Amino acid sequence: MWIFSGLFQTAVVTAVNLRTLTGRLAASAVAVVGMAGVVAVLTSVLSIAEGIKTTMGNTGSPDTAVVMRAGADAEMTSILMHEDVVTVKDAPEIARSSAVGSLASAELFAVVDLIKASTGTTANAPLRGVEPAAFKVRSFKMIKGRPFETGRNEVVVGRSAAAEYRGLDVGSQLKLGQNIWHIVGIFDAGGTVPDSELWCDAGVLAPLYRRGNSRQAVYVRLTSPGAFTAFKDRLTTDPRVKLKVMREQEYYAGQSETLSRTIVLIGGIIGVLMGIGALFVAIITMYSAVASRTREIATLRALGFRGGPVVISVLVESMMLALVGGALGAAVAYFGFNGYQAATMNWQNMSSIGFAFRVTPKLLVLGVGWALVLGLLGGLFPAIRAMRLPIVTALREL
Amino acid sequence: MKYLPLLWHSLFRRKVRTIFTLLAVLVAFTLYGFLAAIEAAFGMGVELAGNERLVLIHKVSIIQLLPESYLERIRATPGVTDVCHQTWFGGIYQDPKNFFMQTPVDPESLLRMFPEFKLRDDQKKAWIADQQGAIVGRATAEKYGWKVGDRIPIQATIWRKKDNSSNWEFNLDGIYDGAEQGTDVTQFFFHYKYFDESRLFGQGNVGWYTVRIADASKAAQIAQALDGQFANSPAETKTTTEKAFVQAFANQVGNIALIVRSIIGMAFFIILLVTANTMAESVRERTSEVAVLKTLGFTDGRVLALVLVESCLIAGVGGFLGLGLAGLMVPRIPTGNLLPNLFVPKASLGVGIALVLGLGFVAGIFPALRAMRLRIVDALRRV
Repeated sequence: MWIFSGLFQTAVVTAVNLRTLTGRLAASAVAVVGMAGVVAVLTSVLSIAEGIKTTMGNTGSPDTAVVMRAGADAEMTSILMHEDVVTVKDAPEIARSSAVGSLASAELFAVVDLIKASTGTTANAPLRGVEPAAFKVRSFKMIKGRPFETGRNEVVVGRSAAAEYRGLDVGSQLKLGQNIWHIVGIFDAGGTVPDSELWCDAGVLAPLYRRGNSRQAVYVRLTSPGAFTAFKDRLTTDPRVKLKVMREQEYYAGQSETLSRTIVLIGGIIGVLMGIGALFVAIITMYSAVASRTREIATLRALGFRGGPVVISVLVESMMLALVGGALGAAVAYFGFNGYQAATMNWQNMSSIGFAFRVTPKLLVLGVGWALVLGLLGGLFPAIRAMRLPIVTALREL
Repeated sequence: MKYLPLLWHSLFRRKVRTIFTLLAVLVAFTLYGFLAAIEAAFGMGVELAGNERLVLIHKVSIIQLLPESYLERIRATPGVTDVCHQTWFGGIYQDPKNFFMQTPVDPESLLRMFPEFKLRDDQKKAWIADQQGAIVGRATAEKYGWKVGDRIPIQATIWRKKDNSSNWEFNLDGIYDGAEQGTDVTQFFFHYKYFDESRLFGQGNVGWYTVRIADASKAAQIAQALDGQFANSPAETKTTTEKAFVQAFANQVGNIALIVRSIIGMAFFIILLVTANTMAESVRERTSEVAVLKTLGFTDGRVLALVLVESCLIAGVGGFLGLGLAGLMVPRIPTGNLLPNLFVPKASLGVGIALVLGLGFVAGIFPALRAMRLRIVDALRRV
């Protein structure tokens, strides 16, 4: 019986509370803005890490692998001699096609200075020399122009790179050192790392950068994802070569690790600190909400309403404010930052990498959830105070 | 001074509210300190980089090598007073995650070029005399527990030795300190001569040059003259001031400064709102008290001052504690290897103090004006 009356009381008190909320609009607005700020900041900072992880993590597919020299942690520091490349390409686990033969591309990785369109300062753009099989190893689609022709000074540009740097339109010329390159096309690699790169023929790049017939990495497509272990064992146990074999996915996920971990750490500290600040704001707001309704609450208590419903009503109010604030903040983060194009440094390869901020549903839930936790905590002490108010003194209060 | 008890009582009229307002301000300024440190870290010491130093790199990119023979030609260029070269070594100490920069250099010209690296004279002598010697910054030495006299093994990723091994070993001859708070004390320097004689390939090539010029205002002309000298050679160059070079690098990492500033702005706006709101409320509550004070003969100015001091006190106590807390906590945050050690820059502390006072003033001024303009009759008539 008293459960029902308890529920009824709770509903009544809460309804009264929420209806009188408009009277405390200014103070409540402060709490709402505070929560919105916390959620917006937390979500948008974490969306940077999410964006980097997505770009790096989506690169490669289960059946692609990359081979570098043993001991190298990135293509930048790897060097493969001609014999190494031949040994890799001979592996029977590599898929073959009639058009290009073995689906393996021995590549060169160089970094060139280009001008960032946004700041006008120079940035290290990755210039990759590839072999024809590269287009079959990676997901790749020309969206403008045509692929480069073998043996010519032509480059195709990833779509992020085309947006990031000045002067990379199809048909324009790019002068790098003493060499003139013709930009013949723009490609889309589906939001993966190559989108930030410029590609050209490895055979043209090698003599220009005095690389002889050495290469830095071989990208291969295997006959199946399961063939990886056999492929890796074959190459790492071959006494003629010293090689490191990784799945392409692992390679790029590893590169994003340091960066995204740092950003998550920074975002976490900011989120927690701002959260504590907002918690105090919520406590102050709810205390003054309770204070301004002291007589009202005392009257209810005198009428026979129990303490529990009063506590719950205060908690509901504070969580409602948190929810509104949290949702507002999440909306700001989503509409303000989702898809925002940015670029940062990939330290392992000393080159620029483009990515888009990603405000994922997971992050939105996280942000609003955090706001609710803060709302609950913020309402708790004032609620207990409301319950404990001695009726007589409270009624006497102004 | 005699108003102290009065102030005390008005502040603790609502104890909980005052305490939480104070805490909110404290958190805001801790956050401020943390963000300032992050901003400084991502700025990569751009404010320390000078215009009297130029960086000369290969025109295509910094990873292309330049001939060592450029050294004397650079030195002979009018306006140039000194030059030194550095090369990216990119080795690994024990684990690839232990990142710090290792650079082969000519010891004397390095220390001349970068007086901000402070090395004791006896250590300097020992290092110059020791072909396999190296020096390291204080931060890295402490991180790995190195002491002068230790033998440091570094695994090369690019530069193999003539015997085709990748193991390089160095004697630690000295540990340098930074002249300023933001000086990079993570680097590891060793003899270029040892490096050049031992490496398998690339002899006679260096990574980049740092050039000191006599007159910073001529930086652009000298840079042009330098690049002109090497134009149409197989290794063309590009020269910029060190400041522009660091700035371009920081821009690549991302426009963190802007994001950071907007966050600081947001946090402050919120805290300001709350504090102002709380102050206004506390004065509104005390309308009749203020009227009584005025009846007792308190002048308008004195009432204004009382309320202002009250709000500045909350901002001051909370704000300075917050800045202090940030100063204590920030250097202890584990940043991983991407960012150097964090610290709250002195300039940001100054700005922080100004912000504390500003907050106290802005939050207090409106309720204070209200209290000042209050007419005794109106106020006392109200219940």
